[in-house]
Amino acid sequence: MTNSTDQSEASGFNMAKFLETYGILIVVLVMMLVLAAIRPDVFLSAQNLTNILKQNASLALLALGMLVVIITAGIDLSVGSTMALSMVTIAIASRAGVPWPLVLLIGPAVGLAVGWVNGVGLTWLRLPHPFIMTLGTLNIARGLTFLVTDGAPVSGLQPEVRYLGQAYYDFGIFAPPAGLPASLIVVAACAIALWFFLTRTSMGRHIYAIGGNPHAARVSGINVDGVLVVVYMICGFFAGLAGLLLAGRTDSGFPNAGIGIELDAIAAVIIGGASFFGGRGTVLGVLAGVLIMGILRNGLNINNVSAFWQQILIGLVIIIAVYIDVLRRRASLRH
Amino acid sequence: MEPVRDSSPGALLEARGISKYFGAITALHNVNFHVAPGEVLGVVGDNGAGKSTLMKILSGLFAPSEGQLLFNGEPVRFSGPKEAQRRGIEMVYQDFALAGNLPIYENIYLGREPGRKLGPLTLVDHAKARRMAGEHLDRLHIHVKSVDQNAEDLSGGQRQAVAIARATAFDAKLVIMDEPTAALAIKEVGKVLDLIKSLKQHGVAVIIISHRMDDIFYCCDRVMALYQGSNFAEAPLDATHRNEVIGWIMGTKGHEEALAHDQLH
Repeated sequence: MTNSTDQSEASGFNMAKFLETYGILIVVLVMMLVLAAIRPDVFLSAQNLTNILKQNASLALLALGMLVVIITAGIDLSVGSTMALSMVTIAIASRAGVPWPLVLLIGPAVGLAVGWVNGVGLTWLRLPHPFIMTLGTLNIARGLTFLVTDGAPVSGLQPEVRYLGQAYYDFGIFAPPAGLPASLIVVAACAIALWFFLTRTSMGRHIYAIGGNPHAARVSGINVDGVLVVVYMICGFFAGLAGLLLAGRTDSGFPNAGIGIELDAIAAVIIGGASFFGGRGTVLGVLAGVLIMGILRNGLNINNVSAFWQQILIGLVIIIAVYIDVLRRRASLRH
Repeated sequence: MEPVRDSSPGALLEARGISKYFGAITALHNVNFHVAPGEVLGVVGDNGAGKSTLMKILSGLFAPSEGQLLFNGEPVRFSGPKEAQRRGIEMVYQDFALAGNLPIYENIYLGREPGRKLGPLTLVDHAKARRMAGEHLDRLHIHVKSVDQNAEDLSGGQRQAVAIARATAFDAKLVIMDEPTAALAIKEVGKVLDLIKSLKQHGVAVIIISHRMDDIFYCCDRVMALYQGSNFAEAPLDATHRNEVIGWIMGTKGHEEALAHDQLH
């Protein structure tokens, strides 16, 4: 009833709801506090924090794209290869003297194209699961990446092309190379735009509906296939943009970039509380998921823990994060 | 078979000689019926009698192989559910077809969100959708804790009520319900049947597909039986009785009241 709606809104603070939305940010804060306590001199240095943000910018974009796909109960394994393909096309175009505004567009365009192929393959060819289509494009895009580069890195990009991945603003306060990275602004702009799209537009809501119950979406007159093609194109777009940032940061296009990074993106989305079965997941959660993985890696690095242990710990974090989610949902069902 | 008649006076929807073939299989053969505003028509038939095929044709999911649909006396063809909805024909599915992860108000307006158009998108006005949903549920005397509850947290009866609310949210003329009580707990059945009666009072035509004689005899005005894809029998409710209708479902006519088929329902 209407009256009760107003009451529940007026009743204000709801602890369970608050924890569900912001609990993951508390995890990020606690991790930061612990690391700050252990290595205050290193962890909290402006340079280290800048590094964390810069190093995880590409992963954040990949994870944002992956979120949209996972909300529809899909998966996109091709994002790492798409990022690499975008990266080397940017590098080759930049070396060939293509005007830089065009070069900037090439990365996202490559991503959109791969995403379109994924979406169309999934919906027109009626392949049984996106795992298969995107496993195909994972290999195709990676193969193309090696083909166009002959397997060798391409370096020496125009400064304008490198800008978004490399620049940072020290505002005269921070000592170089510390400061607010331009890539962070790109990630923030993408995150806000995606949040608005997913929560405030009809197509965003349809994406959640498709994840919750595709049959319900279909009989509500939603063009499910059309929406899915857009979803995979969004994911591809973000992978292409991630390629642009990575090309800028490393000043090169190397064909081995991002091998296996699709799994990190999936992990960040899942740690961020999205459901692998679709219908659930938030932009805020994904950003927190990326930060949890990034801070964990950084914290282990600055404490000289070996990379092998890092991998084991990340694996444990994934399992624990999802298990906490399982417990939380079981508890909420009992009420 | 009955020859094709002239348009039934006052019919909201009329089906004339509808046939549907799937390859070599004949799902429907020359089916005729009509339903008037404010009338509740019960459609009965055994599994495979063609009930769901007929309903899918009415709601625009299938196109008929032969025959014609008349809406307000005017021939219509639907290319999809959206087009049927535009005419005011809404379907309530047996499994409710709700997105469990979305709140009640979003389910009610799914695919028809209120808000400002921006190219192919709508900027959803959530506050307006909440308000509209609350008012609409009040009109139907449906009580829920909050329109922000997710559909997956509702009972079967509440889900059915939300599905009916969605079907009637946009000035529905005809609501088609597939087994509206099959998934409900017994204590919830009465509420949903009363809801159907209140639609009728608002002048909405209702077609109910059901196996349950109790449902048919509680809220229908007329009952029609399909048998092996064709019209088998039809009667106003006050001119028939349970055992006769059960007989029709099994393809026999002239069952007496005395025959003890009651245990079948």
